[in-house]
Amino acid sequence: MRAISCIAVNVFRESVRDRVPYNLVVFAVLLIASSFFLGQLTAGQDVKIIKDLGLAATSVFGLFIAIFIGIGLVSKEVERRSIYSLLSKPISRPQLVLGKYAGLVLTLAVNVAVMTVAQFAVLAYLTWTSDPAIQSAWDAPGIDPALLKAIALIFVELMLITAVAVFFSTFSTPLLSAALTFGLYLVGHFNADLRNFEVAVNSRTAAWIARGLYHVLPDLSAFDVKTQVVHGLPVPAGYLALTMGYGGLYIALLLLTATFIFSRRDFK
Amino acid sequence: MAAAIQAEELTKDYAIGFWRKRPYRALDRLSIAIEPGEVFGFLGPNGAGKTTTMKLLMQLVYPTSGRAEILGHPVGHVATRQRIGYLPENPYFYDYLTAEELLSYFAQLFGYPAADRAKRVSTLLDRVGIGAERRLQLRKFSKGMVQRVGIAQALINDPEVVFLDEPMSGLDPLGRRDVRTLILELREQGRTVFFSSHILADAQALCSRVAVVAGGRLAASGRVSDILAFEVRGWELVMSALRPEVIARLTPIAQRIVEISPGRYSIELALDHPPERVLADLTAAGASLVSLNPVHDTLEDYFVKRVAEAGSARPASIGAPRAGD
Repeated sequence: MRAISCIAVNVFRESVRDRVPYNLVVFAVLLIASSFFLGQLTAGQDVKIIKDLGLAATSVFGLFIAIFIGIGLVSKEVERRSIYSLLSKPISRPQLVLGKYAGLVLTLAVNVAVMTVAQFAVLAYLTWTSDPAIQSAWDAPGIDPALLKAIALIFVELMLITAVAVFFSTFSTPLLSAALTFGLYLVGHFNADLRNFEVAVNSRTAAWIARGLYHVLPDLSAFDVKTQVVHGLPVPAGYLALTMGYGGLYIALLLLTATFIFSRRDFK
Repeated sequence: MAAAIQAEELTKDYAIGFWRKRPYRALDRLSIAIEPGEVFGFLGPNGAGKTTTMKLLMQLVYPTSGRAEILGHPVGHVATRQRIGYLPENPYFYDYLTAEELLSYFAQLFGYPAADRAKRVSTLLDRVGIGAERRLQLRKFSKGMVQRVGIAQALINDPEVVFLDEPMSGLDPLGRRDVRTLILELREQGRTVFFSSHILADAQALCSRVAVVAGGRLAASGRVSDILAFEVRGWELVMSALRPEVIARLTPIAQRIVEISPGRYSIELALDHPPERVLADLTAAGASLVSLNPVHDTLEDYFVKRVAEAGSARPASIGAPRAGD
């Protein structure tokens, strides 16, 4: 555990020194600017747009961090040969992979936390400056704790994407890892369509393959409850727990496979 | 006593080629044993298999066949790494960290508490000659300074066994002298040092034993003193009161004649010319013997011979060696 946390803290330090937190400034400026502009342009829809924009930005910024740092986490160590001195220390290869993963999750957690605070600050300002009559027309309150449900699922999704990036980076080049991870992200969001593919095609083989892929590939659309939250629709606690459990299981399988592959690699 | 490092029939094949992969044998049945407290030089030309051996001992690559142990445990035994240090060839470290932070990070991996870490880091950086630069990010370091940091990180845990892959690489003459002194200190402290080098003078000065690898095979190994004692290549006669006409008679049989001072000459004879006969001729001509000594090979001569022999013995089917290996 000590080795994993040491490595994780070092990954976090690397991301800070690589100026990753700068995206938080961009995010905050974007949100604050949009709240002022949208307040002028729309009537009664501004709170929805700010929530939509905030959640989408949290997801997209997080995705960029997860992919672009995730793909280099392990492969950069191998490419630059810093892994030689690291692996001569009393740490196992699985500890290295898990430490790297935990470090990026920590970076993402800090990013998501700061973005959440920024989003709630903007929503609080909007609530404070809006007339109660306008507020009563909103689908959900400005400062809505249900937003945290959407953010929690976004965070689990980002953890899963990070696990995918780390998985590919244990055996592939950064460029290929980025392409594969981004591809899987896209496919993952349309995965639910594969389930009903047999309705759209006549070929039994194609339908069978689609059904197989549906079970193997991650269903990322399950983590997207932005629309429900923004429109004040309920997101049951059971759904939340089940989706998080699904994400956790998928992450565990990915990391297990990644450590298995990484433990057998030669570093020439 | 159990060997500090032991390799038995250690073999490594790499697959080379893009479409039609074929095996390239980087290391061929290497067997060596290094006793505790020894400074062991691992010598060989580029592509000989030195770095491959180091990587096998660090389990950065897995052997195709054979086995190796460090301090009585199979390589890869994580707890044993608590007792070893390793400097890779041309090391690279996280360039966003300062030298202090890097060493502190590595010390943390060994489980040292914060106060102890700071002390260790400071002492080691002093020892390898990194001064105020220790607070600069490593991206601002020269190659020689990175090498010094690399040596420091290899010693952060006070290791019993130290693996140094080309420790003199990238260092200026002062740096080389410092590393030589450091290795001698480690030897005095009873540590085992296994180092690969191209610089044979260093090996000759530092090592109790050496091994020469060439073409992935062990070409020779033994004590430096024994190796060189057996490798007599001729005789050196130093004579005084030698007249020029006598010198002229020696020219066809001597390998080298050097006038040391007026009338005093150093004459080098090949091994197949018995010195007794020449000595009898010269003393009969009025010269006096000052000294008669066998001429030994240097480690470099020995190295060149063994590498040449190994090169001619290597099967043609084995592929070209990789650069930097």
